[in-house]
Amino acid sequence: MAEETEEIVKKFMHVMRRAPHGSIYTYEGLEMILIMAAFEQDITVVFVDDGVYSLVKKQETDGIGIKGFANTYRALDGYDVEKLYVDKTSMEERGLTEDDFIVDVEVKTSEEIGKLMQEQDVIVPH
Amino acid sequence: MKYGILIKEGPYNHQAADSAWKFIEAAKARGHEIIAVFFYNDGVINVTNKADPPQDDRNLQQIWSDLGKEGTEIWVCIAAAKRRGIDESTLSEHCVITGLGTLTDVALRADRMLTFGD
Repeated sequence: MAEETEEIVKKFMHVMRRAPHGSIYTYEGLEMILIMAAFEQDITVVFVDDGVYSLVKKQETDGIGIKGFANTYRALDGYDVEKLYVDKTSMEERGLTEDDFIVDVEVKTSEEIGKLMQEQDVIVPH
Repeated sequence: MKYGILIKEGPYNHQAADSAWKFIEAAKARGHEIIAVFFYNDGVINVTNKADPPQDDRNLQQIWSDLGKEGTEIWVCIAAAKRRGIDESTLSEHCVITGLGTLTDVALRADRMLTFGD
């Protein structure tokens, strides 16, 4: 990392919008989150639309021949990534509740998430 | 304004790279600075030297290489690149393979980070 940015901390929001499998966006998005967290940035992760599915417990990926990565969400805590927010409407539309998720999250309304977006320096959609 | 650009889709299949290029041209025309372009996901296919599009079409890979030649940093994520067959031998001139730490650094140096993708 360049010397002049060593001390800077910005607010980064990663927006997980897609189902965990079917495309690589969520997986590569998670890789990006882990790296940015390792650089000690202020990270928020929000799960909207089909993105809420990536948090669902007991995913079985053997049948599609793809390595599962849902457990990686449990590792985020170790990187001080603790701000995990789920969009209430997205969750409810898919018949899910907080109990279905592999990690503790905070459920927020779309308005609350919109307000959080306004506070960010950088937003990366996945 | 100093802009950092993140491109997450491959060329031709998706308009993201075209839109990014149009934005870059317009921003520079207005006196803004593009500090870096970073390619992720299928976006890494924008920096292969193996592309040979029809003569009457735009050559996006050439556009990025030329932008690099002019001095803009053109970065590509190594993990995303390796998955898709981009390495030093297939990488366009004036582009550099790097890690996601560089994207973090670009975001920290830029006034605005813009993402072009699906």
